[in-house]
Amino acid sequence: MAEINCSCAAPVSDNSGRNEVHGMNERIRKLRAESLNTQPSLYIGRAVLETEAYEKYEGEVSVPELRALFLKHYFSNKEISIHDGELIVGEKGNGPQSAPSFPELCCHTLEDMHVMNDRDLINFKVKDEDFKIQEEKIIPFWEKRSIRHKILNSMTEEWKKAYHAGIFTEFMEQRGPGHTVGSIKIYQKGFLDYQKDIQEAIDALDFYHDPEALKKKEQLNAMSIACDAIMILGRRYGELARSMAAEATDPQRKEDLLKIAANCDVVPAHKPETFHQALQMYWFVHLAVTSELNPWDAYSPGRLDQHLYPFYKKDVADGSLDREHALELLECLWVKFNNQPAPPKVGITLKESGTYTDFANINTGGIAPDGSNGVNDVSYLILDCMDDMRLLQPSSNVQISRKTPNKFLLRACEISRKGWGQPAFYNTEAIIQELLNAGKSIEDARMGGTSGCVETGAFGNEAYILTGYFNLPKILELTLYNGYDHVSGQQLGLQLGNAEDFKSYEELFDAFKKQVEYFADIKVKGSNVIEKIYAEYMPVPFLSIITNDCIKKGKDYNAGGARYNTSYLQGVGIGTITDCLAAIKYNVYDEKKFTMAELTDAMKKDFEGYDRILNLVQNHSPKYGNDDDYADDIMKSVFEFYRDTMTGRPNMRGGMYRVNMLPTTCHVYFGEVMMASANGRRAHKPVSEGISPEKSADTHGPTAVVKSCAKMDHLSTGGTLLNQKFTPSVVAGEQGLQQMANLIRSYFNMDGHHIQFNVIDRQVLLNAQAHPEDYKDLIVRVAGYSDHFNNLSRALQDEIIERTEQSFA
Amino acid sequence: MDKLFVFNIQKYSIHDGDGIRTTIFFKGCPIRCAWCHNPESQRFGPELLWNQEKCTNCGACVEVCPTHAMKWNGSKVIMDRSLCTQCGKCVEACLNNVRELAGKYYTVEELVEEAEKDQMFYEESGGGVTLSGGEVMAQEPFHLIVELTRRLHEKGIPVAIDTSGFAPWERFEALLPFADVFLYDLKAMDPEKHKRLIGAENNLILDNLRKLSQNGAKVYLRMPLVGGLNTDDEDILPVIQLMQQGVRAERVYLLPYHNTGKSKYARLGRLYDINSVFNVPSPERLEEIAELFRKNGFPNVRIGG
Repeated sequence: MAEINCSCAAPVSDNSGRNEVHGMNERIRKLRAESLNTQPSLYIGRAVLETEAYEKYEGEVSVPELRALFLKHYFSNKEISIHDGELIVGEKGNGPQSAPSFPELCCHTLEDMHVMNDRDLINFKVKDEDFKIQEEKIIPFWEKRSIRHKILNSMTEEWKKAYHAGIFTEFMEQRGPGHTVGSIKIYQKGFLDYQKDIQEAIDALDFYHDPEALKKKEQLNAMSIACDAIMILGRRYGELARSMAAEATDPQRKEDLLKIAANCDVVPAHKPETFHQALQMYWFVHLAVTSELNPWDAYSPGRLDQHLYPFYKKDVADGSLDREHALELLECLWVKFNNQPAPPKVGITLKESGTYTDFANINTGGIAPDGSNGVNDVSYLILDCMDDMRLLQPSSNVQISRKTPNKFLLRACEISRKGWGQPAFYNTEAIIQELLNAGKSIEDARMGGTSGCVETGAFGNEAYILTGYFNLPKILELTLYNGYDHVSGQQLGLQLGNAEDFKSYEELFDAFKKQVEYFADIKVKGSNVIEKIYAEYMPVPFLSIITNDCIKKGKDYNAGGARYNTSYLQGVGIGTITDCLAAIKYNVYDEKKFTMAELTDAMKKDFEGYDRILNLVQNHSPKYGNDDDYADDIMKSVFEFYRDTMTGRPNMRGGMYRVNMLPTTCHVYFGEVMMASANGRRAHKPVSEGISPEKSADTHGPTAVVKSCAKMDHLSTGGTLLNQKFTPSVVAGEQGLQQMANLIRSYFNMDGHHIQFNVIDRQVLLNAQAHPEDYKDLIVRVAGYSDHFNNLSRALQDEIIERTEQSFA
Repeated sequence: MDKLFVFNIQKYSIHDGDGIRTTIFFKGCPIRCAWCHNPESQRFGPELLWNQEKCTNCGACVEVCPTHAMKWNGSKVIMDRSLCTQCGKCVEACLNNVRELAGKYYTVEELVEEAEKDQMFYEESGGGVTLSGGEVMAQEPFHLIVELTRRLHEKGIPVAIDTSGFAPWERFEALLPFADVFLYDLKAMDPEKHKRLIGAENNLILDNLRKLSQNGAKVYLRMPLVGGLNTDDEDILPVIQLMQQGVRAERVYLLPYHNTGKSKYARLGRLYDINSVFNVPSPERLEEIAELFRKNGFPNVRIGG
């Protein structure tokens, strides 16, 4: 026995979280500081110009054309600016942290705007005069026209009851579909090229036989108008840069501005020729997608390292670019992402996604289209960029394949163990198999990846739309009380008996299954109606241009125009529900330590006065996350039932429903609407997140956690989320780093989809909670994304502090 | 008894040998290092750990204790350890989860099963199982330790034996065909000093070390270093000499003392010897010692586990 066991050979943690300097040079540091220090505000200009466009064109043209004409009107007239030092240009609003509103989706009431302005967290400042504009112009025009209004009017009573009670959420209630990512195409074509493709598609329409031909023509016209819109925007930025250059006194800045102008002469009308132009091209596309509508998960540049590599190689070879300048340009792009807060949200949508983060997510690494290792020089450049910038947006992840060099994995681990949650790690082989399993071709699967949080998709080819979170532990709660919801005080579920009526665990589980099916039907029916509402009333001609095969089909992205069309339903709380069922099975049915009636009494009273029962369910019952088959088999039975109930139901876009297992911040909201649960979770506390074990339930270390998690069949999902928290000492030193990498490889060998790490001292978090002013820069991993600790609600902060720390050394 | 007595099975153990390991800590040790940070590993046989700091004196343990080892003294709960039979009833009854029974019997089969659970991690990382303690070489019946080592070896799981070396040579000999590496502690070269620190002389330990080396066993030397006790040049140089005389150690680990074990003494109802002042050696001194090895032709020296 070594009496002296050293747990920490070399202190590596620089995760003090205290405000630090980031950015490679003065230019970047300045732009980064501006991005971080600007107060988010509401930008009403978009709503005003949209109203003008509708007043001018509505009724004259088809709906898709109307949408495209609005985008053209907006890009022709919105205010634009170029900030000092910028090398990549373009903002969604009128500057950093300026967030346009989207009244066609959610027409904010004046009260909404006051709440947005006044709330402590995720606030958006509203100018005094904008309240007046909203009241006099926006509300009268959009109140009844908004999609939110249409949706809420179209839903059944059952749907509304379940929705308000927190059984499930609805993604499309305030934000458009989207959930998609660009492909290599963006970097290979200009919008004049797309216009040619569109014209060819129009010429090929068959007005003799095809009853849809007119609709297709309207859609294709709309796409062509949308091409004009982005080209106008590019031209305006070019002109602005040139006129600013004429007036610039600093010769360096003059040169920068002329370069920007020259870039805008090429993109977006033509395909990019240089590394710099490729980045600017992407950015214009990003602005157009996110200005046209406010799709969930903003938009992402796809497999950026692979898309950029040919430009990088060429520019470096001809001497026009070196590594340092390439890094500077990437860092400029990073600032651009970070300048865009997510559109302002209200109500339940804010609760399920309480963050400014707009979920742009960049995949680095993985494999190439021919199946070879995809890591290149730009991959390492991107790792350096994310390490240096340490920004929330874009969220950065790495894809790790069997073919990925260890050097790349170790470099990614080195950044990850600094404790701010990025990069997250994804399993390339799992992603490919998930995509193949969902019917994609091998080529499309290899160029796919994950976006948003952890959602798998075929980049550039798929509309994989998240439809809502599904509260599994809450449905178990209803099952125990004959379908009655004690929190909202109403009958919500089926009347299948009370907990005491179930004579065996199997009877209880059967009743649970029936309740899940009941709510799944309600949810899916609602989502189908919502999909149709978007297809009819809110097409996205711009996004359709860049998504294969919308041009070919003459069909909109929101109407099934993409090559693949998936609707995802996200299961939440698998850790909590597993531990609840395990506690019931073990204590009530197997060991008979107490009766079901005693347990439900205890739960109704939040375990007050029931210390013995609380102790048994908390400390002496099998728990998920310990590589214990007793609990893990229950996890499998719940997961498999959920998956089989949802998967394969047809959606309204020619595709089908599938599941993934992720929560964003919804596990906090889903916990709020629940009473105490059978695993000892107290009333209104968060449920477990992703597929991670319930807090403090995993006591056997990280190998046991990942083994429990790997018992779920990840390959039959569209993504799972595992959050692993480490104390700094566990990942310290060469040994800590190597074994972190080995843990990831092992989890991926077992087909795990994703793992991410929070490496932060509990003490740091407590300090940050007490002294937020000293920790403005502290970033933590929340769910499939990172956020500033200070932006999180108190409940979410507490929950992150409580998550089990894996400390064994 | 056809079972072995274990006080902890620690997974994702990354400081007791190569790669990701599962370390099985056997309970019971024949020597007593004054600075031991795992006092619950010293005694052969179960022991009750009670974290009184977090105890709320609710009395649930008093109610269930069949031998009245737990009782009220009027204001709080107290324990008479002489009455405790380690039945474990109070552990389950404890409402605050502050009681724990250190030590549990396992069959060889159960230990192999537990170890096998993480085989994919060993294979990915070059890890395996570490048999530690207490003192693994002092466990009874010892043939079960041999059997455990053999079974793991046959399954392709590398086994490290973490030992103080204080055991009959025959026991080492029995493990030679199945163990991959010996993590071998060396606390002091001077026999007198050794006796003072550990309560036993080091002849047997050094003899076993020489024999392991002669038999071609892979050895990692582990030197627990306590500031002021065994960190002077005169403590280190004889180790280097020993190696120059032919004792082969593939690596040398310098393990600086830390005091995380202190609170465990209280939980066992035992006193930490407050008269012994142990110092954490300075990083500079550790580096000097490492340099001493390197300078003398032993580059494979590491600070920390």
